[in-house]
Amino acid sequence: MLDMTPKEPAERKAVTINPCKTCQPVGALYCALGVHGCMPHSHGSQGCVSYHRTILSRHFKEPAIASSSSFTEGASVFGGGSNLKTALRNVFDIYHPDIVAIHTTCLSETIGDDLNSYLMETTIPDGKYVVYANTPSYAGSHVTGFSAMMAGFIRFLAEKGTPNGRTAIFPGFVNPGDIRELKRILRVFRVSHIMFPDQCDVMDAPMTGDSRMYPDGGTTIEEIKALGSCERVLALGALASEEPANQLKRKCGVPYSLLDSPIGMEATDAFIMALSSLGDGTVPEEIEKERGRLVDFLLDAHPYFHGKSAAVYGDPDTVTGITRLVLEMGMTPRYVLTGTPGEAFASSVRALLAQYDAQGCEVRAGGDLFELHQRIKNEPVDVMIGTSYGKQIARAEDIPLVRAGFPVLDRYGHPYHPLVGYRGTMRLAEMIANALMDRRDRDCKDEDFELVM
Amino acid sequence: MRKEAQSGETDMQTQILDEREKSILRKEQRCRGGGINCESASVSGAVSQRACVYCGARVVLNPITDAFHIVHGPIGCASYTWDIRGSLTSGSTLFRNAFSTDLQERDIIFGGAEKLAAAIDEVMQTYKPKLIFVYATCIVGVIGDDVDAVCRKAEEQYGNRVIPVKAPGFAGHKAEGYRMACNALLALLKPHAASTRRLGINILGDYNLAGEMWIIKNYMREIGVPVIGSFTGDACCETLLLAPQAFLNVVQCAGSMLYLAQRMEEQFGIPWIKASFFGIEDTTNAIMNIAELSGDKGARARAAAFTGRESSLAARDVERYKAHFAGKKAAIFVGGGFKAISLIRQFTEMGIETVIVGTQTGKADEYEVIAGLVNSDAVILDDANPAELEAFMKEKGADILVGGVKERPLAYKLGMAFCDHNHERKHPLAGYEGVRNFTKEINLSVNSPVWRYMYPAF
Repeated sequence: MLDMTPKEPAERKAVTINPCKTCQPVGALYCALGVHGCMPHSHGSQGCVSYHRTILSRHFKEPAIASSSSFTEGASVFGGGSNLKTALRNVFDIYHPDIVAIHTTCLSETIGDDLNSYLMETTIPDGKYVVYANTPSYAGSHVTGFSAMMAGFIRFLAEKGTPNGRTAIFPGFVNPGDIRELKRILRVFRVSHIMFPDQCDVMDAPMTGDSRMYPDGGTTIEEIKALGSCERVLALGALASEEPANQLKRKCGVPYSLLDSPIGMEATDAFIMALSSLGDGTVPEEIEKERGRLVDFLLDAHPYFHGKSAAVYGDPDTVTGITRLVLEMGMTPRYVLTGTPGEAFASSVRALLAQYDAQGCEVRAGGDLFELHQRIKNEPVDVMIGTSYGKQIARAEDIPLVRAGFPVLDRYGHPYHPLVGYRGTMRLAEMIANALMDRRDRDCKDEDFELVM
Repeated sequence: MRKEAQSGETDMQTQILDEREKSILRKEQRCRGGGINCESASVSGAVSQRACVYCGARVVLNPITDAFHIVHGPIGCASYTWDIRGSLTSGSTLFRNAFSTDLQERDIIFGGAEKLAAAIDEVMQTYKPKLIFVYATCIVGVIGDDVDAVCRKAEEQYGNRVIPVKAPGFAGHKAEGYRMACNALLALLKPHAASTRRLGINILGDYNLAGEMWIIKNYMREIGVPVIGSFTGDACCETLLLAPQAFLNVVQCAGSMLYLAQRMEEQFGIPWIKASFFGIEDTTNAIMNIAELSGDKGARARAAAFTGRESSLAARDVERYKAHFAGKKAAIFVGGGFKAISLIRQFTEMGIETVIVGTQTGKADEYEVIAGLVNSDAVILDDANPAELEAFMKEKGADILVGGVKERPLAYKLGMAFCDHNHERKHPLAGYEGVRNFTKEINLSVNSPVWRYMYPAF
């Protein structure tokens, strides 16, 4: 597999090979699925939404609902206005959402469709809402699209009202399992909050024998409106959450604290301290014990990972978190790569590397997995940590792969479990340790093969 | 505005958009004269399961193992089609990589043709491939890139084939993409017209999912009629170019490749037949037809002996499972009408009644055949969406759905068994082996112990 990847890197300026990102609209769609009673709507050709729903279904193993403007040749010449109007009429008429969240595509952006004016000419049924976000596929990545859609919801819905004393939590582009864990921690802290978006019970809906177009979960419209009256925002993950936090600040004057995704010890500590500072400055015993157990685990197992090297790749906020944990485990993140463009990622990871005095590590934003493969060919690592798209490299170079991030297409259960918080961090550390130990069991000589490790 | 179908046990409504009504045929109500409305564009706002023109072109060409598939456009279209087809290869693994020009804002403003030319250069310098397909996605035509010119120039410069596939998603539906892919293949074959025919066939419209092309090739080896060109499962550039020498084209997936067969008949004089290798009856018929048309007595005798033996063995194996299927009802939702027809027959062989048949790109004549195969109360849908599928599956009490990736979670959510007969099939479903695999899979899914725990006792 991938035997065509040459060891010698040749300069590439035009062709991307084996991307480590996808386009904005799928992120926007995933964001909109985290809003209750929402129909995500793709303003473009019908193929876009088909691909997006497919990849989301492949990752979450759940239905992912969305409608499309289904552009025709005519729409691409005369504009997609009439398609959008017909689409909205049909969507409200037949699928009865409370809200439709439109995202644009490369096509509708390129032909210059002005959604604002289309919507002014459209009658939206009483009590229903339509919001939109510009998500051109030729800029950023799916993470950018996620962020833009969040900002879109805020732009249209958030209202400054009587302060409600609540804290808004922007979890970033994460799995329902992560959000569920964040909510558990918030419950322990008794923090009155609004989680936005919230894909729990939408993209991990339990089996009931009934399929509902709009499952129980999701941030409600009222909650999104109330974001404007929150006391503050904890925005987790710069790439996914900063822009919407900024939007909310500009529109309603709600201040925000930008934190890293709480993956790893230090980032979780920072999140926990931020929560404790909302209250009386104490940390509940339950949380402290969780931290203690994590330290205990890391200590118990450290001989098996300390000093090992890793390649970490995937989405920027997640990759930053995983890289931090890898450093905390005493490992070297030899290659740190995201397909999402933007120097902010690279500089924050470099700062992290400097903090831990990690030498010989390469950081890349806007890279691709072909490049990662070439680097690994020249200097291999002990473990790869990232999406399923690395499995070809892992097989070609015989390196264990720990699946984390989006998408995981070839294993079950991931979306249910967290990477965030002390518990999520322990899970991730355990997966990394087990991958290395399984490899040792597989590769060691008979005489070195041990029952007790 | 809404039409309410008769309620089933649950208090559900079958909600159908007015514009969609003509795409649904209840067999007992065949009164519109014109039959089912198909081959039309999807309705704006529908949660359609349908893919686009690019998707159609890409899935047909992607299995060519030693070709470079460069997607010219923003990154998404390359990401979503990276190594997803499940087409197996006995040779190069080149096609399992994703290549894209990853167009950026700047390229949208100033044009992407230069970047495409540079991408081809970069690929040529490292790999010197024999064959490159360049897929132009939605915005390429809109920003005015002359993809034809870039490809022509590259061909002149490098002396290999660089074939443009101009497949903007909006230019029709998936079937339009199939035609574009077929035209790309014709462009590849054109300089290689053969003056003589030989005893050998081409298989059209099999993508070697889970190794199905290999099964068909083995059958052909058994009867002594070699397969020359495989379109496009496990194909490589070199063998495809020999395809014009075949005496017969055998079309398996008619939806994607009938057009190619027709053009090859016009251009190279190769006659074609439709054949399906799904189910015992269709597999036997396919092998016998090919042997018959070969005009080779030996082949005929070998085919009769082979199919006689294999079909009775397969039937015996299916028979063993029949008790497990008593009273079960199936829903079928697949891409093409021709496959749907085979599946209905196959379910009949298994003693399972088909109560819903939907396709994405079925043709009017195929819907006629389908209507002839199912019971009078079955529902036939063109370009169905999840809401309709769900409503009719509940209404008809289907126990198992056969479909593709987007239908799997829907079926499971409804507490219904599922079999992927698309890109994510877990094992070959073609030929007699496929009959066994299909039967086993249906049995495992319909009779999984997990169904016992669906509803708690409390």
